[in-house]
Amino acid sequence: MLSFYVHIPYCIKRCGYCDFNTYTPTELQNGATLEIVSNDYIDAVLRELDAAPKDEVPTIFFGGGTPSLLPADDLGRVITAIKARNELAPDCEITLEANPDSVTAEKLAQYLEVGFNRISFGMQSAKPHVLAVLDRTHNPANVEKAISMARAAGFKSISVDLIYGTPGESLNDWRETVNAALALDIDHISAYALIVETGTKLAAQIKRGDLTMPNDDLMADMYLLVDQMCEEAGLTWYELSNWSKPEHECRHNIAYWQNKNWWGLGPGAHSHVDGKRFWNVKHPTTYKQKLFAGESPILDSELLTAEQIKDEAILLGIRMREGLEIALLQPHQLEVLSEYRHNGFVEINEDRVLLTPTGRLIADRIVREITI
Amino acid sequence: MPAISLAKAPQPASTNPAQIRNFCIIAHIDHGKSTLADRMLGITEVVEARNMRAQYLDRMDIERERGITIKSQAVRLPWRSSLDGGEYILNMIDTPGHVDFTYEVSRSLAACEGAVLLVDCAQGIEAQTLANLYLAMENNLTIIPVLNKIDLPNAQPEKFAAELARLIGCQPEDCLRVSGKTGDGVADLLDQIVAQIPAPVGDPDAPARALIFDSVYDAYRGVVTYVRVVDGHLSPREQIQMFSTGVGHEALEVGVISPEPLAGKGLGVGEVGYLITGVKDVRQSRVGDTITNYNNPTKTALAGYKDPKPMVFSGLFPLDGADFPILREALDKLQLNDAALVYEPESSAALGFGFRCGFLGLLHMEIVRERLEREHKLNLISTAPNVVYNVTLDDGKSVRVTNPSEFPDGKVAAVFEPIVKSTILAPSEYIGTIMELCQDRRGVLLGMDYISEDRVEIRYDLPLAEIVFDFFDQLKSRTKGYASLDYEEKGEAEGNLVKVDILLQGEAVDAFSAIVHRDKAYAYGVMMTGKLRELIPRQQFEVPIQAAIGARIIARESIRAIRKDVLAKCYGGDISRKRKLLEKQKEGKKRMKMVGRVEVPQEAFVAALATDADIEQIKAARKAGQ
Repeated sequence: MLSFYVHIPYCIKRCGYCDFNTYTPTELQNGATLEIVSNDYIDAVLRELDAAPKDEVPTIFFGGGTPSLLPADDLGRVITAIKARNELAPDCEITLEANPDSVTAEKLAQYLEVGFNRISFGMQSAKPHVLAVLDRTHNPANVEKAISMARAAGFKSISVDLIYGTPGESLNDWRETVNAALALDIDHISAYALIVETGTKLAAQIKRGDLTMPNDDLMADMYLLVDQMCEEAGLTWYELSNWSKPEHECRHNIAYWQNKNWWGLGPGAHSHVDGKRFWNVKHPTTYKQKLFAGESPILDSELLTAEQIKDEAILLGIRMREGLEIALLQPHQLEVLSEYRHNGFVEINEDRVLLTPTGRLIADRIVREITI
Repeated sequence: MPAISLAKAPQPASTNPAQIRNFCIIAHIDHGKSTLADRMLGITEVVEARNMRAQYLDRMDIERERGITIKSQAVRLPWRSSLDGGEYILNMIDTPGHVDFTYEVSRSLAACEGAVLLVDCAQGIEAQTLANLYLAMENNLTIIPVLNKIDLPNAQPEKFAAELARLIGCQPEDCLRVSGKTGDGVADLLDQIVAQIPAPVGDPDAPARALIFDSVYDAYRGVVTYVRVVDGHLSPREQIQMFSTGVGHEALEVGVISPEPLAGKGLGVGEVGYLITGVKDVRQSRVGDTITNYNNPTKTALAGYKDPKPMVFSGLFPLDGADFPILREALDKLQLNDAALVYEPESSAALGFGFRCGFLGLLHMEIVRERLEREHKLNLISTAPNVVYNVTLDDGKSVRVTNPSEFPDGKVAAVFEPIVKSTILAPSEYIGTIMELCQDRRGVLLGMDYISEDRVEIRYDLPLAEIVFDFFDQLKSRTKGYASLDYEEKGEAEGNLVKVDILLQGEAVDAFSAIVHRDKAYAYGVMMTGKLRELIPRQQFEVPIQAAIGARIIARESIRAIRKDVLAKCYGGDISRKRKLLEKQKEGKKRMKMVGRVEVPQEAFVAALATDADIEQIKAARKAGQ
């Protein structure tokens, strides 16, 4: 089995908090349009695909950037190519990340036609003042419109991404956002605490003192709130930042967390195949140049040691609903965990260690303590 | 030219005492002593112009950088007086210029018949200079007042000549005026040294008596001992004896410094020079001791010998526990050259293994620490300095406490602390603020005198503990840097002192305990608990931080349990990034200390204990390391 991630490294505008590997057309080429900078991009991706193993494909995920900026036909070429050389599993999950502003009923129907069956909208917040700080340009009303269009078009699994902890966002603002998302009767929610990445506009605004990040207590309260509201609405928690209706978990992301084999296509994309991690050159132009010159776009790789594989299994596994197998842990690690159990952060049942909601909030710390 | 070549000048061991003048220069840091000394080396031609370098006599980097002299030296300068045309040997004995080294200063003074009182005529006399001046006057030295830096545009020679005249009881016009920088007036000063300072007097036929006024460890030669011969004669290959211990050594080499060492036939009455015996540790050749002939020893030692007594104690711990052996070795090495440094191993629950070190004072402490860090590449945490307490228990037993953790838990009848007599010189406009500071530090006013129209000398008895705790910084900042301070021991006094413990989760952390006056215990507790609340990261449980006197809690804070320590996203490339971060943290973990169940980063200890200067240093080091 081999999952595919397809990176679409383009955005119309860079949001202030974002440090993803994405570019606006003019950043790539002065005065250029998206058509110009992206026209041969899919060709490059298809060349990279030639190097991938030909295992059956359980999931494909188009992320970015803004994949929905590209026409369905372009993205469809990638799906078709994968299908042609690797077999797609019968229930293959094919996800499109989409900006609510960049879809139309017609476009959505085309995406379905080329093979997509799951769509994830970047909603982020229902509050205009929060969206403004995040630099998101979409009108909150468009989210509702986009989702009903997606439903109408026939998408059977719809997700929204939310961000909490934006400067100026209150617990009540966040409650309203989660309420708005749940009111759309979506199947899946990803809710992420805002991370201030170095080098972003947001980081500069905070450094200057123009914006202030909320404290950890408010962030924690926001997390506990979204968890509670989702559970009440029938969306069950299954990974640190993800909730879904039954059978609507994102199987592609689960493949990451279970250390399955996956191949990332596109500049800066990472892959993991049989204990080896490798990643591509970061810039789209270099990426294209390499592939068109017949070279590998791989920048570097690492072969994981047994200890690293174990560490990864712990740091990924503990974030999930199924938790960690006790068999994976040493007695002294269990001893550390029993202290956390005492303080209400973990539950230990017969054969697994599970985080409670408050425990999830300190998952990294717990991982540090048991692996160091 | 008044200079005489070394070869033609009167030779060591055969110089008539009547031709010898022994003098020192009393001056404050940066009043230009080293520059004047350089000029004297040049004008007497003992150093050729092409070999001259600035601050020729300051040997250590630290001395040159800080502009202070830590160890004294003695230089033999031949000179022909332009007043009487006679040939003379001038021995210039350099003196350390800081309060911590008063005892060494006093020994240097005891080796001289006269002193040049050198004052920067843009700044006027400072407290430490005044203290040394009084010391010189008590030793009946002839004082030659000299105003330096007359070339400066802001020089006020008239004003400060009047000040000096009032202090030593001469006429303002008796003050010589020189410029070490340009050399103006320096030849005249040398002539006046010959004319005014008496020649040494001694009995050449008596058993030898030579005063050790300095003792320096040299990696190649072993200990080099600087002496002033009072009576008799010291010769190479002769057996000599240290009066205080009775131990005999062979004088392998006897010579003079001019200004490089010149081995010779010996030293006679009134002469100043060095001797090498092959001992490896300055404690076997102590400043203040008398050297005599082994076969024909003197019955009466020269006066004034005393063991150096550490006044300030602090724990020194390597930041990396693995460096402990290096620290031990470094201290051993440093002690070879520093008889005043004492240390013994100490272990702290919080800081691991280190040494409790005793110092003459704060500067001494700073210099030792700086040398350990610089010369031995050590990163050290030093605990807050404290003084020595004598605690009397209810049962009458007495305990000496050099470390707050030794403070007895039981019933304490009385606590005695060292008191110093301090002298502060400052412009009169700061009288109010200085008195306020001294009162706040439990000072007792002894008196106040105007030394000139607008400068005062204020005398206070102060507990040494108060001076040790940032008094000097406070004094400087409250007087815009104009006040200067000197102090000397004045026995001990009973104080209403208590030990304040700092508890993390109910467990006392030895490194944060302090002995303070009862009235200040609360302030200390609030300060330290507040500081720690900021410095210790949140843990998985709430951590109470308390300050306590015995069982009584006087201040409390708490670190609330941690609520969030997780990165929300973990996809694709995040996974290796996260694992790599974890691997990095595994290394960093070694720098965490467990205090009971509480994880305290080493930085927290450093920041809680460090002085502001330390923190600046740490920041600078981090910046450099980036």
